[in-house]
Order: sequence, then C-alpha cells, then structure tokens
Amino acid sequence: MKKMPKDIKAREYRSVTQVAGPLMIVEGVEEVAYGELVYIRSPEGDNRMGQVLESQENVAVVQVFEGTRGLDTDQTRVRFSGDIMRISLSKEILGRSFDGLGRPIDGGPEIIPEARLPITGAAINPTARAYPNEFIQTGISTIDGMNTLVRGQKLPIFSGSGLPHNELAAQIARQATVLGSEEPFSVIFAAMGITHEEANFFMNSFESTGALERIVSFINLADDPAIERIITPRMALTAAEFLAFNYDTHVLVILTDMTNYCEALREVSSAREEVPGRRGYPGYMYTDLATNYERAGRIIGKKGSITQMPIVSMPDDDITHPVPDLTGYITEGQFVLSRELHRKGIYPPVDVLPSLSRLMNEGIGEDRTRADHLGVSDQCYSAYAEGRDVRSLVAVVGEEALSERDRLNLRFADIFEERFVYQGVDENRTIEQTLDLGWELLSMLPEGELKRIDEKYIKQYYKRGS
Amino acid sequence: MVDQKTGEIKSIAGPLVIAKDMRGCEMYEVVRVGREGLMGETIKLIGDLAYIQVYEDTTGLRPGEDVIRTGAPVSVELGPGIITNFYDGIQRPLLGIKDQAGDYITRGINVPGLDPERKWDFIPTVKNGDEVVEGDIIGEVQESKVIVHKIMVPPGVHGRVLEIKSGSFTVDEAIAIIDAGGERRELTMKQRWPVRIGRHFKEKLDPEVPLLTGQRIYDTFFPIAKGGTAAIPGGFGTGKTVSQHQLAKWADSQVVVYVGCGERGNEMTEVLLTFPDLDDPSTGEKLMERSALIANTSNMPVAAREASIYTGVTIAEYYRDMGYDVALMADSTSRWAEALREISGRLEEMPGEEGFPAYLGTRLADFYERAGRVVTLGREKRFGSVSIIGAVSPPGGDFSEPVAQNTLRVVTAFWALDTNLADRRHFPAINWLTSYSLYLDFVKAWYDKNIDKEFQALRGEMMALLEKEAELQEIVQLVGQDALPESDRALLEVTRVIREDYLQQHAYHEIDSYCSKEKQYLMLKIITRFYQEVKKAIDAGIVTSRITAMKVKDEIARMKYTPNPDFPKRHEELIRSIEREFEALRNQG
Repeated sequence: MKKMPKDIKAREYRSVTQVAGPLMIVEGVEEVAYGELVYIRSPEGDNRMGQVLESQENVAVVQVFEGTRGLDTDQTRVRFSGDIMRISLSKEILGRSFDGLGRPIDGGPEIIPEARLPITGAAINPTARAYPNEFIQTGISTIDGMNTLVRGQKLPIFSGSGLPHNELAAQIARQATVLGSEEPFSVIFAAMGITHEEANFFMNSFESTGALERIVSFINLADDPAIERIITPRMALTAAEFLAFNYDTHVLVILTDMTNYCEALREVSSAREEVPGRRGYPGYMYTDLATNYERAGRIIGKKGSITQMPIVSMPDDDITHPVPDLTGYITEGQFVLSRELHRKGIYPPVDVLPSLSRLMNEGIGEDRTRADHLGVSDQCYSAYAEGRDVRSLVAVVGEEALSERDRLNLRFADIFEERFVYQGVDENRTIEQTLDLGWELLSMLPEGELKRIDEKYIKQYYKRGS
Repeated sequence: MVDQKTGEIKSIAGPLVIAKDMRGCEMYEVVRVGREGLMGETIKLIGDLAYIQVYEDTTGLRPGEDVIRTGAPVSVELGPGIITNFYDGIQRPLLGIKDQAGDYITRGINVPGLDPERKWDFIPTVKNGDEVVEGDIIGEVQESKVIVHKIMVPPGVHGRVLEIKSGSFTVDEAIAIIDAGGERRELTMKQRWPVRIGRHFKEKLDPEVPLLTGQRIYDTFFPIAKGGTAAIPGGFGTGKTVSQHQLAKWADSQVVVYVGCGERGNEMTEVLLTFPDLDDPSTGEKLMERSALIANTSNMPVAAREASIYTGVTIAEYYRDMGYDVALMADSTSRWAEALREISGRLEEMPGEEGFPAYLGTRLADFYERAGRVVTLGREKRFGSVSIIGAVSPPGGDFSEPVAQNTLRVVTAFWALDTNLADRRHFPAINWLTSYSLYLDFVKAWYDKNIDKEFQALRGEMMALLEKEAELQEIVQLVGQDALPESDRALLEVTRVIREDYLQQHAYHEIDSYCSKEKQYLMLKIITRFYQEVKKAIDAGIVTSRITAMKVKDEIARMKYTPNPDFPKRHEELIRSIEREFEALRNQG
C-alpha cells in the first residue's frame, strides 16, 4: 500500500456521519481544501483513497475511489493529506503496469519519483500550442487514405459491443509510424472497466511486437472499483505529459472505454443528487470530458507530442448517445465502426462516411503524403457515398431501374469495401500503396466523373480503360 | 484606497464558492477569492451569504480564506490594443499569461486587458474650447495597419475642452482635460464598461444593408444584414467551425470579434495561426489587423466561459460606437448555455428543460439583442453595426433541444447544418430547405441597386427548382428514376448543377473560398441559361441522358474556380459554349 507522505500537515478524524453510494460525509473537520486527497482506513484496517468533492466550514463530502463497502460511521478513520492528488513519475514508468490509481501491480518496485505532478493538469494556453500537422502512417487504408491521423490529434473510435475496436486500436498502436522519423515513441494504455480478456489481448498484442518496454499501462478492470475510473485517465494523461514534454517522446494514449468512465461520473453525480442532464449524465460532463481530451496536443518548442485515441462504445450503436455525442464535439474527428461491414466480414469495419479527421488537411499533400491525396480521398468518398445511396435504392426499386451512372457507383461501393476497406490484421500498407489502390478503384469511373480531383493528377494517375 | 471589505469562504463545490460576512455586496460584483485572489463574480445573495462563481480552478481553496470585494461589476478595458489581441474569457491577454505562467494556464494570474506600458500616437481631432458630449470623437490612434481607433468621450461626460494633447501616450495618461460643468475631468484613452450591460446608442435602425460574406449559400439564398443575427446549428462534423471561420475571414465587416467559447484548443490555435497569415480582400492587409480573438477553450474554467461572450459583445459594441461594422462570431453558444446550466445546477435552482435554467431563453435573447445597426452617441451622425453569428451545437444533432429552440426564437437568419449533407461532403452543409432568412425583403432594395434587379428573382427561381427537386426525390426513392417523365428527369440534372456547382463551395480552395457578389450573379445567370436551354431541348424531344453527357456541364462544374476578376469574361465564354453545344444537340435531332 502507498505510504503516506510525512512532511505534510495531516489531520485525522473519526467523525464520518454518512456513507452513501461512493460518497462519505465527514463532520467536525477544519479547513479542508476543495479537491484535497484523503486517506481512509476502514474498521477492517484496509487503506483507501478519496478526494474532497465539497468543502464546507466543518463538513467535507468525500468521494471514495475504492468503494465504500465496509466503511462505517464509527470506526472509520479519515485523514486529510493537505495536498491534492499527485502521481509519482520518472522515466522508469516505461514498461510498467499500474492500477487505476497509479499503484504498481506488476510486482515491481515503487517508482522513485523524479516529479510528483498533480493529476488534474492545467489547460494548455492556446497561444502555446503547436498546430498538429505531422502525418502518422497507421498502415490502414481507411485511416491513412480517408481520415488521416496526425501527431497531437485526439481521434476516438466509436464502436459498439462485439465490434473489433480493440483489434483496430492495437493494430494502430503496433503499426503507427511517422515517415522518416526515428524519434522516441511510446504507448500509454489506460483501461477503464474493461474485462480481463480485453486487457490481456492488448498486453499480448504489445508483447508480440516486442515493444513492452515502451508501454505504460494503467489498468482498472471491470471488477475493480468503479469510482477509481474517474482518476485513471488523469493518471495516464499526466504520465503522458511527463514523457512527452519532459522527455521529448511521442506518446499515443489509448483510453478504453470512455463510456465506463462516464458511467462512473454519473454514479457520483446521482449520489450527490445533482440535477441531471441528458440520460442522467451530469450537466458538466462536457467540461469534464474536455479536461481529459484537451490534454492531447503539441506545444511550441517541445519535441514530444500526445496523440489520443479514446475508445467509446456506443450503447445500442447510437451515435447520439451523450457519451459519443459529447466526445465528438470535443475530439478532432472520429472513426466510426459499422456493424453492417463487420457482419460482411470486412476488417477493419471502419465506415468512412460518418468518420472524419478534422486535422487531415494539415497533415497531407505534397511533402507530407502525396500531392494528389486530398483529391483521391474526396473523390473516393463521394463515389462511395453515392454508391451507398444507390444500394439502399436498389433494395426498393431493383437493379433494373438504375441508370448507368448509378450502376457504376454501386459497383464502386462494393469494390471499395472489398479492396480498400478490407485488409488483414497484420497488413501494413504504405501511404503510396493506399493511394495507388485508390486510383485503381477510381479508374473504374469515367474520367469526367472525377470532379474533385485536379486535372493534372488525373493525367498523371488515372488508368484509362481499366 | 477605500477600506477593503472582506468576507470569508464558507464552502466550495466546483466553480461555486459561498462566502459569509458579505452583506452589502452587490449582484454581479467582482470579488477576489482565497489567498491567490482568484477572480469571481457574485451571482446570488442571501442575507450575508454571497454565492460566487469563480473564473479559475478552485482546487485547494479552504473554508475560512478571505474573499475581498472590489465594488465593481465584471468589466472590460476598452481602448487601443484590443485589435490583434488574443484574450481569454475575462479579457486577460493569453500571450501575457504565457509570459507569466508558461505553456499552461495556471491560477491567480493578473494581466490587464490593455498593455499599460505601450505608447500610442494620439492625434487630436478637437481643439481647446470645443464643446463635446458623450460619444464624441476627440482624437485618433492608428491601432493596427487598418484600424484607426477613435478615442471617444466616455459615457456620461460632457463639457468644454480645456486642454487637448497630441503625441505619444499610454492608455492611462491623460490626453484631454474637460470642464464638465465646473469639474475638471481628465480623459485617458481607456474606458471601462461592465460586460453585462449593452453600450448605449441613439437609435436602432432597420437592417437594410446586407453583410456580404462571399459565401454563395448565405449571400444569395439566406443573407444576413449588417446588425443582424444568425444562428448556425449543427451536429458535430457538420462544419460549424469551418463555416464560422469562413464568415470571419470574408464577411465585409471592418472589425471581426471571434469568440471561441468552450471549443477545442487546437481550433483556437488554428485561428491564431491562420488569421495573421490570411490576406484580407477588402484591405489588402492581413485579417488579424482587424480582428480581436477571445478564447475560452473547453477545458478552461467554466464560469469564465459564461463571461466570454459578454466580453466579446462589449468589445464589438465599442468598435461599433466608433462607426465600424463589426461581426461577432460566437462558437459555440451551446457551450455557453452549458456553463449557465452548470452554475445553475450548483445553485440548486429548479431546472427547466433538460436541466437548463428557466432563464436560458431570456439570457439568449438579451445577448442577441445586443446586435444591431445603430446611430451612435455623439453629435456627429455616425452609423455602426454589430452583427452576431452564433454557432449552436445541439446534442445528437437534434434541433428540438432547448438551446437551439430558444435561439431560433430570437435570431432572424437560420442556417441549418445538415448531417446528411456533411456525410456526402456537400459543404457548406447548409440545408437549403430548412434554412431561412427574414432579411431577404429588408435587403432587397440594396441588392436591386448594387447587384441587379434580376438577382433576387433568379434566386427565387433556383429555390423553386430545389423545392421541386425535393418532391421529385421522394418519388424517385419510391419508384425509381425511370418512372419520372423526361422533363422531370432533366430538372433533376439542373438541380444537380445548382447543388454541386453553386451551393457547394470549397472553403480551402484559394479561389472558390471567396465568391464576389458579381460572380455570384453571373454564376446564377449561367445556371439559369443552362436551365432554359435544357427546357428547350426537352421540348425538342431530346432525351435527358444526352444532356447528362454534355461536355459543357464539366465546364460549368469548373466555373467556380475562375478568379473573381476574370469571371465576366468567363461568363460570356460559358454562355456561348452553352448555346453552341445545345444548338449542336438540337441539330443532331
């Protein structure tokens, strides 16, 4: 168990008057700071941690991370630490595993801190941000070609139960490179309420690439205390900032599953009897999510970067559910996985139509990927979109009623899914391969239909008569 | 210095602090909370208790710490130095914060809105002995390359000029002395104004002059007037922010105030990087030379987000008072409303719809009502305007939610972003069937005079075709295109041209990004001509598939990429091409 810091003015009380849900009310306290870290000792003698959610003249409302089971209003001891919550960090965290509150769970030693940083983090001054524009090649056509990821971006995967979001995230973590760059790279993996198998899947996947020494994981499993999940991403992101901005590392942070995180928020909110927003989630959820997601980015004059890839499972595949909805408003785009594609056996089942990368334009084009990239992507997108429209039309009117143009687009949509979207779990396509594949498919369409591509690229790449 | 009145923190919960011993404190008074002197504002008073929303992170505050009253409401500093500046929600310059605190925004930083050190060249425009009243211009300062900052007599002051200076001064040095009814008053270039109160003017005028944006969907179809209000609601990924940026870049206002309210940090960085680089078509200088930016990103304190749009609109009104046309972009008012909801929730107020406070509608109306084209204060008759364009981010893209609905009740132009169009990469993804603008009639006279009498008629015709298309599409969905008569199929070809070649506009294309009003008119004429020829061809018994295959359609598709000045020539060529190809078509029979 974590040792208590000695040099602080700590006050201990036994005056818990109420325990309800994840909350505990302590009375008779003095000068408790808002947000103060609290150590709790249950009557059984086990130690827990908590945080002050509301501080009044002699009453403190404390949220207990490890759950309130076993706490009472008699013997429970509460100690206010005089400090806010911090995480001990040093370069030694690479290759280590921690629990959701940042305590080692891999049997290794405690981290000897180089820095003890507050986990809430501050907002990056917008004038200090460097605009993300370095292309990350993930080797996945639907991402590189259609929804390009750049360093310092926050791009979530919107998925549903039973869809291969974990496989996709792991593949991205394995394959992601910045062309022509040998800079230090690491992955921080924060698990919130996922199952043991899922966590193992990630660990094995990282292990198979022999890259475990550049992975840091913070694991809160489905059977771990739910309230701990509120802290887990903050721990992970503080570690990410440390590596990125103190050690010039490019960090990819995978947060899974943000829906579980939001449920923990809702639990605390309802225990505090707050006025709920949509579907019982607290009104401040947007702000709360933003304080996590906005910790991605680059800073002027610093070499490292933080790229975030949160995984959000959409209950009932509903993209308007508050969690994906608010996430989409904060993040710089989204990858949406489609159950329909998954059923057809297409991996990765990225539906390019609702997917989007807002920072794509900055990261592509001459000197970054290839000059024709934007045109190819726009054109594939629009032809595929039309093809998909036709597909739903065919269901009603039959293929005979289609015009020649519609038929071509329909065929394009089919082939696009089979060849461009579909690829193996270990297939790593270069951006050249992806774009060439795009041209191969576009060459199915008459030249005059390619309205979104500059003529000079059509001359250069269009394959007549294919 | 008056004796400082001090209370004591009683409780803290998130951004809300309750202080005791605060009797006599006023509503909306600024207070300094805790050891670090965090800025806050009182929002509720009960007996000697004051409820305070704190504009900075409250972690670490303890009951018993001091709360100091300042006796003044939340105000902004108005004077030279606002243009080209980049503020947070409570008018602290972000670059100043960076100098003090580094890459992150930490707490308790105090940076004045106007740089007290910087000297400005003040050129007087009045003489000793002149009578002046509030709003009169007494001098000018070249604030940026394009903005001449007019120094005005502050509200409530009038009298005779005893002394007027000329030369280089800071904003705190006196530049004039006025005999205000026997009292000597020193005037500086700085004024303060409480953000929650609209600045005064003489008279509000009808919105008769359009605010041209260079964007075809707005200028042609759903115009906004100078001094008007417009809302752009849309789900995520529908292009709200790009639309706002486009409007900021191209709208023909002289001053742009851009409020990034609860939005992404990188987006504000983008604004910060692109505005100083963007050529401004109206002045030939960079866009930043006439812009002020306010950024309160989503992870910055929520109460300051609530204040940010008031800070923005007060600055906009100040430049309006100088006689400028100002465009205020607020992205996004939904985040502002959420800040309101969060504070209201902490105050344990009875919630209205979806947890929003019952006064949401009133607050929104108050805000939008600060737009307008006015005759300003001062003896000289000056006109100025503030146009407000607010983005709305409805949850799930559902416009029936309270913020969108309350906004709709107060704005006059409504530009509805549509997820389906965005999914199809039809940008700007403004749905032409659900959007509207009540300014069409107001600005008609201006359009008739400055573009062409025919312009609005052509617009009406296009709109009718698009309406018809929507009906036809429903039939096509049911029975397929083959079931339509030839004339209707041809019409669908024409509307496709309208949609793809007129309504779609490429924000990132160097030429298409801005479309002059002349080019818009000529483009409309080309499409109308095409439509007339199509009708003729169909009457002559030509089948639609042959029209679909016409070469001239590709030419029309590329016309948007012809630069504005070359367009009249291109227009003539295109009209000839259309005539020629249709004639050939008819001759083939």
